[in-house]
Amino acid sequence: MRKTALDCVHELAKVDERVVFVGSDLGPGVLAKMRAEFPERWYMEGVSEQHIVGMAAGLAMEGFVPYVNTIATFLTRRCYEQVAVDLCIHDLPVRLIANGGGGVYAPLGPTHLAIEDIAIMRALPNMTVVVPCDADEMRRFMHRTADWPHPIYIRLAKGGDPVVSDAAHGFEIGRSIRMREGADGLFVTTGVMTQVALAAAAALEAEGVRVGVRHVHTVKPLDAEGILADVARVPAVVTVEEGILSGGLGTAVLEACSTDAPADLPKVVRIGIPDAFPNQYGSQQSLLAHWDITPASLADAMRARRRAAGAR
Amino acid sequence: MSGLDERSKYLRRLVVDALTGGGRGHLGSSMSMVEVLRALYDSHLAYRAEDPTWDGRDRFVLSKGHGCLALYAILADKGFFPLEELLGFCRSTSRLGGHPERGKVPGVEASTGALGHGLPIGVGLALGLRMRRNPARVVVLTGDGEINEGSNWEAAMSAAKHGLANLTVLVDYNKLQSYGPTREVLDLEPLVDKWRAFGFATTEVDGHDVAAVETALRALPLDARRPSAIVCHTVKGKGFPFAEGNPDWHHKSGLTEADIAQMYACLA
Repeated sequence: MRKTALDCVHELAKVDERVVFVGSDLGPGVLAKMRAEFPERWYMEGVSEQHIVGMAAGLAMEGFVPYVNTIATFLTRRCYEQVAVDLCIHDLPVRLIANGGGGVYAPLGPTHLAIEDIAIMRALPNMTVVVPCDADEMRRFMHRTADWPHPIYIRLAKGGDPVVSDAAHGFEIGRSIRMREGADGLFVTTGVMTQVALAAAAALEAEGVRVGVRHVHTVKPLDAEGILADVARVPAVVTVEEGILSGGLGTAVLEACSTDAPADLPKVVRIGIPDAFPNQYGSQQSLLAHWDITPASLADAMRARRRAAGAR
Repeated sequence: MSGLDERSKYLRRLVVDALTGGGRGHLGSSMSMVEVLRALYDSHLAYRAEDPTWDGRDRFVLSKGHGCLALYAILADKGFFPLEELLGFCRSTSRLGGHPERGKVPGVEASTGALGHGLPIGVGLALGLRMRRNPARVVVLTGDGEINEGSNWEAAMSAAKHGLANLTVLVDYNKLQSYGPTREVLDLEPLVDKWRAFGFATTEVDGHDVAAVETALRALPLDARRPSAIVCHTVKGKGFPFAEGNPDWHHKSGLTEADIAQMYACLA
């Protein structure tokens, strides 16, 4: 997914001379072909995220569309004020490509685990937050980014994630995708949690329970209309995110219900990362299990919520 | 007594006009940079007040956004907006707030106020202009307390790396930050050497000597292959004896009619 995102920056640069790449201190050879082809539009500025975001803002003020890339925690925590002031107050078309969303960097510990990135980016006015589920979707999304007039936070997964998206669904920023039909319940997901939910839905189907999956690649602006239309048709809703529960996708869905469909609020239960920094290493998979974000736990949550709703 | 000529006094009166309207403001921080701004706008920067986003303009970023009273005064003087607007400073219906905002105030390139943002943005502007083959220049004015922020030094390294001769940093070195003397709060010395060590061509000047500031600006770029830094030695609250070198006047709210009268009297 990361390679696809960066390859897309190069592809965009070939057809759009406004496109600029700005990295911090990335691995050797990152976007080497773009560097060779467009040396003036390729920057590697060192371990200086506050500066990089401000510099990207200045470039955008001069009409460029900068794609900034580094590790998610550094691109959010370290330079939050620069993101808020330089990008969001000015409402500039800068793209933040954030490596390692959620538990991807499990072996590296809590300094590198982007658990609250979605929540804090979503809190900023003018910011768009996109979390694709696989490399194919990333490609479709990236080719829609050049003309989006606002800053975008792009959260990457580990890479090599199973491809579940479909070109037939297309991609429109701010429009969620119904990945699976089902009237007995609904998973509302983002990023690679969509794959986990699809697996849970398959397990439930074996029991005769048909559960839908709505993939919300754009957490902000939220497709409240599309999500609430599906919520209205089912007795139980489980939101799933590889992010801290306060302020993320689940919160956004509750907010939408609260505003436009308060009667549906009791249907919703949220699954995500609890309010604690992880105290173990391991792998993304082992952390997800630690957080109880697995197909089995999703299916359990769906069964429990259906029971609570009186569904058989 | 202040040694200020009539134009410097006039610009300060515009600031006091705005203070009267808002009843508050960063007086000391604005007064130390009046002559620097005057030199920039009277004789150095290219701009069109009637077309503030003209592409050929030099980009001036007031990084120490809290000094905006002085910027508003010179912009109003130059016709970017009517002088009468100064009287609305900080009011709910005004576009002139306690920190300047891009897109709201004609002539303001960047919304600043949080410190340490102007130079990184200035580096991006300077790179962007160079990529676009636009010969316009970028000038960033920082405070001294402001450059406690590490982001300035990240940006300085980047500016030097890219040899941004189209970028100049002016430091309003009034040697007094909010709490007290910079030497005590977080000493910046040796300040000129610091900029030199970070890859800038440097000079220093008396920031209240208009002719000297103009001469320094005329010499830009100080080096054709490096960014420039001009350390402007200034006096906080310059022009008002009760405020000069007095940290209590960094920012003032609840200004009384007597305060205002005292200020106008200093400028008579």
